[in-house]
Amino acid sequence: MTSQPTPAEQTPAATGRAQWPLWEVFVRARRGLSHTHAGSLHAPDAVVALRNARDVYTRRQEGVSIWVVPAAAITASSPDEKDAFFEPAADKVYRHPTFYVVPEGVAHL
Amino acid sequence: MTTVDELLRLGDDALIAAQRLAEWCARGPEMEEDVALANIALDQLGAARLLLSYAGERAGTGTEDDLAFLRDDREFRNCLLVELPNGDFAVTIGKLLFLSVYQLARYDALVDSADDRLAAIAAKVRKESAYHVDHGSLWTVRLGDGTDESHRRMQSAVDELWPYTHELFEENDLRPTWLSTVEPVLAAATLTRPEDGWAPTGGRAGRHTEHLSYLLAEMQVLHRAHPGARW
Amino acid sequence: MYGSDFEDPETVGQPGASALLDEVESAERDLHEAAARTVATGGSTGPGADAALQDYFDAVIAADQKIEPRDWMPGAYRKGLIRQIAQHAHSEIIGMQPEGNWITRAPSLKRKAILLAKVQDEAGHGLYLYAAAETLGSSRDELVELLITGRQKYSSIFNYPTLNWADVGAIGWLVDGAAIVNQVPLCRCSYGPYARAMIRICKEESFHQRQGFEILYTLARGTAAQRQMAQDAVDRWWYPSLAMFGPPDSDSTHSEQSMAWKIKRFSNDDLRQRFVDMCAQQASVLGLSIPDPDLRWNEERGAWDYRQPDYAELFRVIKGDGPCNRQRLRHRRQAHEDGAWVRDAGSAYAAKQAARRAGKRATEQVAAA
Repeated sequence: MTSQPTPAEQTPAATGRAQWPLWEVFVRARRGLSHTHAGSLHAPDAVVALRNARDVYTRRQEGVSIWVVPAAAITASSPDEKDAFFEPAADKVYRHPTFYVVPEGVAHL
Repeated sequence: MTTVDELLRLGDDALIAAQRLAEWCARGPEMEEDVALANIALDQLGAARLLLSYAGERAGTGTEDDLAFLRDDREFRNCLLVELPNGDFAVTIGKLLFLSVYQLARYDALVDSADDRLAAIAAKVRKESAYHVDHGSLWTVRLGDGTDESHRRMQSAVDELWPYTHELFEENDLRPTWLSTVEPVLAAATLTRPEDGWAPTGGRAGRHTEHLSYLLAEMQVLHRAHPGARW
Repeated sequence: MYGSDFEDPETVGQPGASALLDEVESAERDLHEAAARTVATGGSTGPGADAALQDYFDAVIAADQKIEPRDWMPGAYRKGLIRQIAQHAHSEIIGMQPEGNWITRAPSLKRKAILLAKVQDEAGHGLYLYAAAETLGSSRDELVELLITGRQKYSSIFNYPTLNWADVGAIGWLVDGAAIVNQVPLCRCSYGPYARAMIRICKEESFHQRQGFEILYTLARGTAAQRQMAQDAVDRWWYPSLAMFGPPDSDSTHSEQSMAWKIKRFSNDDLRQRFVDMCAQQASVLGLSIPDPDLRWNEERGAWDYRQPDYAELFRVIKGDGPCNRQRLRHRRQAHEDGAWVRDAGSAYAAKQAARRAGKRATEQVAAA
């Protein structure tokens, strides 16, 4: 068994360089509560991911507990929904990243 | 009781470090790191405000802003290390590691100070320093033991900055403590610990590098253009 | 420590500000309520049938429930969302520059801390939004690439320069004010990750507009030079802020479909009116004037009449000919390129560590055999 999942290979940028893998962040805000999903971030490894998670998602409050998990290491299903309504082969949390072509557009944010 | 000069040394180190780190804002190598560097800058700025407010009250020289914006470079008591330009990310990380390990040792000692107000400040700020040490260490290791280019840049930063670390210990005996943290980090980073030698000095007496005056010119320009104004 | 400045600001009346925040709370409540409802799936004609997928998608939208990343969705819905979320993320990241321009020169240490924390928030918000876009299948790297090569846009407001300290106040009051008016409805957007990101962002942004208002409030009551600085900033930022809501409804290209999909919930002109009504009241509290000779209360409409921004200018700036377009993109591109060797170092170290762990395990297995 591997002690830590290998970071997922991510879409190479146009520069040909590998992007830092995506991590999912789970935060326990207070004792007695369970960890809940707070968001995602990119980091080269688990140690940096934890530090970044603290900076980005908890503004470094003390006493909170944080988990970081490589997004690629999560196997997902949604048993409360009808599988037929999901995209095929979607046992990953997200559909990312798939060389999806983003159309050019004009901003009017 | 602590001397006002000691408060200024601690406060000015923090203020000038904050000002340099803030220059990184919107320039970080990745968004997550932008957020991290800003956090550290905010910690240093917060510490500077506590220390300078106290120094100003003790000396009767005014508010934190009077001290930050109305003193000339010769009146600043920061070490030379913090005023050096940011350089590339390796230089910034080197400065962060060397300074934060020193600050942590200082604040650790000051927690037991007979000066209650300073002890309280130290107790608060040392937790933040520990975080800065952690951040500086983990990036020193990743750059040192990363690619050939990052290794070369990190070694060059360490070599360039090392002489300026001697000044940190002119008024204390914390260098062995400092080395006991820094040397293992350099080793883990596959970096060579530079030889001791040239030891530039003068910051604590108000004789700075050429860089500080420019830094202050930028920092103080607006405040000084409107004497007595409230912001 | 950096949070302490924002918790207890001087109490200055800022009409309309808290109502917006209440809407964020109510969007969050509705999100939870809608989630509890069962969605009628219509006549499901068997798994995989496109019509059934479309029916289910439509039913979820109709029930005001959220579409989630792994759900089937029409290609145009996905594309449109990626474009919108990415442009929103780019705006947060590029938006760091104009205000960041004053961090090193902020006139007091307190203002420096607040501004730095605010610009840092924008980095965080950009990060949340890129993450939301990533759930749709577009990597952050790809999106950043589209930004720095100029193939995707960001809000044109950030192509204007910050020329004096009061600009920081005007950006907080007007630009963040317009952004909040735009963003609060997005808390009810039909795409779950975007709606959740927006709820988080709107809550964090509540202090942004307030700090801008306070800066202007203080300057307006300061020296003659400070007052002049404040009015100058409001004069320059008013019309570009109005233009942030986009072209008039009659010219807007994406609106109808976006409304049907509940990505967009109010028209550009509705939001713009709402913003004008809010600012008109707040300007009088500030004691600054809005540079619009036509601005007056219309009793009949129950709203303020105002002069439209110059949309020709808006399109020139969007096309790239604003005062700072080139500078903003060059800055972003430079930061990205300068950071490349650091990102590479992080990846290289992670790979080495993984190899070391693998080597160690292999050694242990040999020893155990």
